[in-house]
Amino acid sequence: MLPALPRKYHAASIWLLYAAGFVPAAYGFWLGATGRLPGNPVKEFEHLLGLWALRFLVATLAITPLRDLLGINWIRYRRALGLLAFWYVLMHFLTYMVLDQYLNFSAILVDIVRRPFITIGMGAFVMLIPLALTSNNWSIRRLGPRWVKLHKLVYIIAAAGALHFAMSVKVVGLEPWTYIALVAVLLAYRPIRPMLRGRKRRPPEPALRESERSA
Amino acid sequence: MSLYRPPRIASSEITSERWFLNRRGFLAAAAGGALAAAGSPAFGEALKSSKSPYTVNEKLTPEKDVTSYNNFYEFGLGKGDPAANSENFKPTPWTVKVDGLVGKPKEFGLEELLAMPLEDRVYRMRCVEAWSMVIPWVGFPLSALLDKVEPLGDAKYVAFETVVRPEEMPGQSGYFQSLPWPYVEGLRLDEARHPLAILAVGVYGKTLPNQNGAPIRLVVPWKYGFKGIKSIVKITLTDKQPPSTWNISAPNEYGFYANVNPEVDHPRWSQASENRIGEGGFFGANRQPTLPFNGYADEVASLYSGMDLRANY
Repeated sequence: MLPALPRKYHAASIWLLYAAGFVPAAYGFWLGATGRLPGNPVKEFEHLLGLWALRFLVATLAITPLRDLLGINWIRYRRALGLLAFWYVLMHFLTYMVLDQYLNFSAILVDIVRRPFITIGMGAFVMLIPLALTSNNWSIRRLGPRWVKLHKLVYIIAAAGALHFAMSVKVVGLEPWTYIALVAVLLAYRPIRPMLRGRKRRPPEPALRESERSA
Repeated sequence: MSLYRPPRIASSEITSERWFLNRRGFLAAAAGGALAAAGSPAFGEALKSSKSPYTVNEKLTPEKDVTSYNNFYEFGLGKGDPAANSENFKPTPWTVKVDGLVGKPKEFGLEELLAMPLEDRVYRMRCVEAWSMVIPWVGFPLSALLDKVEPLGDAKYVAFETVVRPEEMPGQSGYFQSLPWPYVEGLRLDEARHPLAILAVGVYGKTLPNQNGAPIRLVVPWKYGFKGIKSIVKITLTDKQPPSTWNISAPNEYGFYANVNPEVDHPRWSQASENRIGEGGFFGANRQPTLPFNGYADEVASLYSGMDLRANY
């Protein structure tokens, strides 16, 4: 297995992940703002943000199976990945609202109400808000078991995100199918997990682990 | 310590990767250039054309955008795919077969089509995806071609077909086939006869790049862009409404007529406004209202008088 990262670098590696995580957005914004994105720069940027949001959601969901199946414990990065997904969804929505629709609120409202793929995307964004707000140690302590329950919303969010992507395109090609497949496999793993682990001792709740608390 | 370091010149600056990977093509093209003196057209060649009254006085979309932001699913689903993946496509030699309900069916060679009286037509192009361009096409009226084959009295529609070449068009091979091939489109005969409907053989004064539908494509400026079928090999006159690819693929989203109409939304997005593709990043592509028949209502609305445009979208 991978050599373990010395404990003293854990915190730094998490901050590095945040920094690296924002690079695609910053780079894309720079390209778009300086006229380096070809064609329809607003749409390109909007799609880039949406795609990265989905990637971070997939990465968030992959943490548990990685640990179970490959013994790689990256749970200290899960909060950062989840929060990155939230920030990307927020930026995706803001780009749509400001750069694409020019704050035309009636058009935005009609879109959200009338276009199922936008309704679904908006629903995922709304569900992400409480998760982002409670992604801190204080909330974990405060909410206890309810925190774990609340954060299971991420399963619905990831499914909604993949669906939102697939429904937004004219032809569902390889890329949307890839995300649907990834999310489907990662979600299907959850109910199978107790069976795979058999009679083995239940692992401590991830939310309460020491490594997570040090994040 | 040396103060001046001579710049390292990448070999790609001397011979671009494209030509490096396509050395034989380059030699063939060079040989072709020699043959061009004998009258064979080469890609990207300047075209002789005359001015036309059918011109809009709006800022042209930069050539770079017109030739790099395309929907041409035969080369992939991404907007940059057609420009990136169409290098191996061979637009010459080429023929267009015109048959069906016509008095004189005929197979036209590309040379013959390029010899038609070519005109400059600056048209708005409104994509069904709610973005638009202003494009200087070079082409000739479709009706001029139809005249040559003498449509019969019972011909009511014109059907078009794109070439199928999986070995040259990567979107036509592999596991994920986005659409059924060949791409097909159709017009009512009176639409096809309208002077605005043209067969374009060039853009920005030169023969069409592969990604724009080389060597010959349809341009119907009052309809959504997907009606403008590319790389046409066959035109058939019929008495029945011909199938059209997007209509087969998603009938509730794309109709046979596909006239630009700000009042009739696509089920997944509004058609009331459009993003004009232009220069200058985020603030260059500006949203503007979409006009009925893409601004060509004065010329074409009469074709549809008495028709319910909501039902016939």
